[in-house]
Amino acid sequence: MTSPPTADAPVPAALRVLDRPGLDALLAALRQSGYTLIGPTVRDGAIVYDEIATTSDLPEGWTEEQHGGSYRLIRRVDGALFGYTVGPHSWKQFLLPAHVPVWRAARDGDGFRFEPAAPAPPRYAFLGVRSCDLAAIHIQDRVLLGGTHTDPVYRARREGAFVVVVRCSLAGNNCFCASMGAAPWREQGFDLALAELLSPGRHEFLVEAGSPAGERMLEGLPVRPAEPGELEAARVQARAVVAGMRKSLRTEGLKELLYTRYEHPRWEQVAARCLACGNCTQVCPTCFCTTVEEVTALTGAHTERHRLWDSCFSLEYSYIHGGSVRHSVRSRYRQWLTHKLGTWDDQFGTPGCVGCGRCITWCPVGIDITEEAQALQAGDRSAAPAGSDGARR
Amino acid sequence: MNKNLSALLGEHNFLLGLPPAHLEVITGCASNVKFDAGETLFREGDEAHQFYLVRHGRVALDIFAPGRGPITIQTVGEGEVVGWSWLVAPYHWRFTARAVELTRAVALDGRCLREKCERDHSLAYELLKRLADVVSQRLDATRLQLLDVYAATAPTGKR
Amino acid sequence: MPDPQPDLTLPEVYQVRRVERETADTVTLELAPAAGGPALAYAPGQFNMLYVYGNGEVPISISGDPADGSQLVHTTRAVGAVSAAITRLARGQRLGVRGPFGTRWPLEETAGSDVLFVAGGIGLAPLRPALYHVLAHRERYGKVVLLYGARTPADVLYRRQLARWRARRDLEVHVTVDQAAAGWTGDVGVVTMLLHRLRLDPQRLVALVVGPEVMMRFTLLELERRAVPLRRVYLSMERNMKCGVGLCGHCQLGPHFICKDGPVYRADQIRSLAAVREA
Repeated sequence: MTSPPTADAPVPAALRVLDRPGLDALLAALRQSGYTLIGPTVRDGAIVYDEIATTSDLPEGWTEEQHGGSYRLIRRVDGALFGYTVGPHSWKQFLLPAHVPVWRAARDGDGFRFEPAAPAPPRYAFLGVRSCDLAAIHIQDRVLLGGTHTDPVYRARREGAFVVVVRCSLAGNNCFCASMGAAPWREQGFDLALAELLSPGRHEFLVEAGSPAGERMLEGLPVRPAEPGELEAARVQARAVVAGMRKSLRTEGLKELLYTRYEHPRWEQVAARCLACGNCTQVCPTCFCTTVEEVTALTGAHTERHRLWDSCFSLEYSYIHGGSVRHSVRSRYRQWLTHKLGTWDDQFGTPGCVGCGRCITWCPVGIDITEEAQALQAGDRSAAPAGSDGARR
Repeated sequence: MNKNLSALLGEHNFLLGLPPAHLEVITGCASNVKFDAGETLFREGDEAHQFYLVRHGRVALDIFAPGRGPITIQTVGEGEVVGWSWLVAPYHWRFTARAVELTRAVALDGRCLREKCERDHSLAYELLKRLADVVSQRLDATRLQLLDVYAATAPTGKR
Repeated sequence: MPDPQPDLTLPEVYQVRRVERETADTVTLELAPAAGGPALAYAPGQFNMLYVYGNGEVPISISGDPADGSQLVHTTRAVGAVSAAITRLARGQRLGVRGPFGTRWPLEETAGSDVLFVAGGIGLAPLRPALYHVLAHRERYGKVVLLYGARTPADVLYRRQLARWRARRDLEVHVTVDQAAAGWTGDVGVVTMLLHRLRLDPQRLVALVVGPEVMMRFTLLELERRAVPLRRVYLSMERNMKCGVGLCGHCQLGPHFICKDGPVYRADQIRSLAAVREA
């Protein structure tokens, strides 16, 4: 579902309203249930996801201004708790941790033996999951749990996770979730969904349960049924968010097109800017590539295999004896974009991009994936040299 | 005897599909030859007036380098041809050809062939088409050989 | 009670039963589970991830006889830190094995055909299990031919076995080297040239080709020249692998995860992607 419920649909029975103390009660209930509560909070000049306890840990009255290669926190005129979009963090750092032991081995006489790693991971409650990030979680579910082989680390964390969506009240400059089918009003795949209703003299949250676990969590909380006007206010806001989106990406036929664009001159142009720093892959909520490293004690008595995030932008990523298959930055940028917007669809049935805009914000040189896609989509023939027909494509 | 020779020629890979009339003409330049193991077909630098269609066996093409001795750069076997220097002035062999094992071939006299080709250009075209194919395959193969694809690569992984 | 879905991230410990030094940089190991019992079952074309304690893991194709369930055989060339460590293992030492992974040579589907094996360098290793299988079920196939190209005579693998195969009447074997050495009386030249010797029926033939990508590309060209349709030709592809199960992303070529969608591919399905530089 990508659009808000229609004007004449009845108010779902599940739609209720919490006030701010009620929201604190919800957070407390989550923690009392044994969840490690993760939510947005201000740290180091950004809104990041970290462990929180109450609503006073939330970025009250903050918003961000994001552009290509730039991120700044600025003060709002009101005291909205969720008046921003997404920062550099996504939920993948909890579900697909950046650094995790996979197994350990110990010397044993002449040989050695293996032991699976690790303690059970914490059960997470995620507060403030945006629609784009919810879509990203579902995409990673498909990648890591949907195939013949699944990732036990991701599974353990995902199965225990409690997801509280918070609908966006504004679109960031770099957002284009509406183009990617991840627009602000997703109907399912969460435990609870909140929408902030803020007006002079009133600060409440529309809340909707999306699962039995969500329903159970609301029991005993000071909720009241929503009134039609409140739902309408939320709908208006959601429509405004979609309308306010400045960027877009045309997905129709994009996958097939990218298969014909391997030798397009645009790759050369973007490669001249790209530093292959890999920031985009770090902040992207769907990027899933990992690598392994062996960590051995000096005595050699024990060794561990650790799994770490990896990036297709590194030279080592594609190394086989003789050299790296993707030696040039051009080929590495091409791999990332072609995968994200093209081959991912053939692999997993959806594009890999959710339109969160993080790669644009956190790229040191502000490369914009929507611009790159547009350039590749221009014309059916590969871009003619500028001036050959008078038009610069 | 000529009829047998014609049949041998006609069934060789190199001449497959050659119109019978042309086959007859070049049979006039052909003779059946055999080389024992170790026997030399021709030497590097000699005048080149023969063209061999190998029917059985194996011929090594050697180039001699002082200090390194004869280096076998290629072997040629059943269904393949040896030598086109008869076609290209100044008609000297660029390598030595030596039978590695008992080898049977049909030898075509280069001068005879050249003369027939001058008189009948359609025959010449048929032969040149096939030779061009052979030469291009050899060039592809030689390039692949030069790439030394099975070599161990430097530990730095540099290309 | 064993886990119904074995965790393929945890290796099993195997012990080296025998070491055969094939060439200066290539070793064949025979491995059996350190805890006893049968070795893991696999199909020709598949590979394992081999782990050297404290060093790391590399994907190595299985090159033994799939009918022999008592052991695993791996031929490894020292091209990096881990593979070099594998070539230094001695009898009795242990390593970790995860697998088997990947797709298989289409040996059941191609019964009734002539089978042409074209191996370049260490490419003979992943083809050997297929050759074992075909020879074990010889009556199901037509003509069987092995073309094998090595760099020099000193780099020829499986020498004793090649001699035994050559002695068979139901198998045609041609071995060539790129660079001859004194005393070599065999063929000299690239393995693609050996194709000229053969009388092929392109519609009855299935070709299995493994070697460096350049060699496979040239071999496809030669097969095309001989009118062999590429849907009757199979290749084994190689890319950087870390997990072996399609979760780490490293082995991608376009939409393919070489570890699980490959490494065995039909040539017509992979050729155009493989031809894109730095794809």
